[in-house]
Amino acid sequence: MASSFDRIADIIAENSEVPRENILPDSHVINDLGIDSLDFLDIVFAIDKAFGIKVPVEAWTQEVNAGNAPAEQYFVMKNLAARIDELVAAKAG
Amino acid sequence: MRLEYFQMVDRVASLDGEAIVVESTIPEASPVFEGHFPGYPLMPGVLLVETMAQASGWLLLKLMDFSRMPFLMGVKEAKFRSFVGPSTPVTVHARRIHDGSGYAVTQARIEAAGKRICDAELTLRIMDFPAPELAAAMRSRGKELGLA
Repeated sequence: MASSFDRIADIIAENSEVPRENILPDSHVINDLGIDSLDFLDIVFAIDKAFGIKVPVEAWTQEVNAGNAPAEQYFVMKNLAARIDELVAAKAG
Repeated sequence: MRLEYFQMVDRVASLDGEAIVVESTIPEASPVFEGHFPGYPLMPGVLLVETMAQASGWLLLKLMDFSRMPFLMGVKEAKFRSFVGPSTPVTVHARRIHDGSGYAVTQARIEAAGKRICDAELTLRIMDFPAPELAAAMRSRGKELGLA
């Protein structure tokens, strides 16, 4: 099976105007790829469905806005893939 | 329905877990029909979308116990299959198909006399109420509809 990074990158390419080849492990989803909030919700919906999880975007955003976590922890592609893997593992329990 | 006030839901017929059925009657007369269309009044497709969004919104408000507000932010796969005109009773079905973080996705359809008028997949952003007046108004109308 493709890696989580590849699956997420494919989802982003399918749900935005970002070419797949531009999506790299160090790409910041918002700052580098320019994903807007509406496209990002479509992407999160697709990730939720593909991985069978509920990506806690609100909690992540609150952590970042409160200064309790760097945005890169959640919104840089390689880290986003790692967070998704953690959510999948937690669900599998 | 009171089209000029964007009040698209007359009453809630049933609420079953993740699904709601509401009933409304398209008004006999409205300034909307003077333009859409002269001599051939039809319920505009955008107002049918609004009707599906409001049915979805009431469902989500109830599921969240009126703690937060859903706002329409995406419409996918909208299909308008049949004309519907003044004085027509319609039934609106909406079901939450995904409960996301800060958003929800519903599938909705409108039927008249058992015939499908339109359907769509709707995405609604879930936010804190931006004004206490809005929270109070939604809860008040929700009580009238038997939801709050």
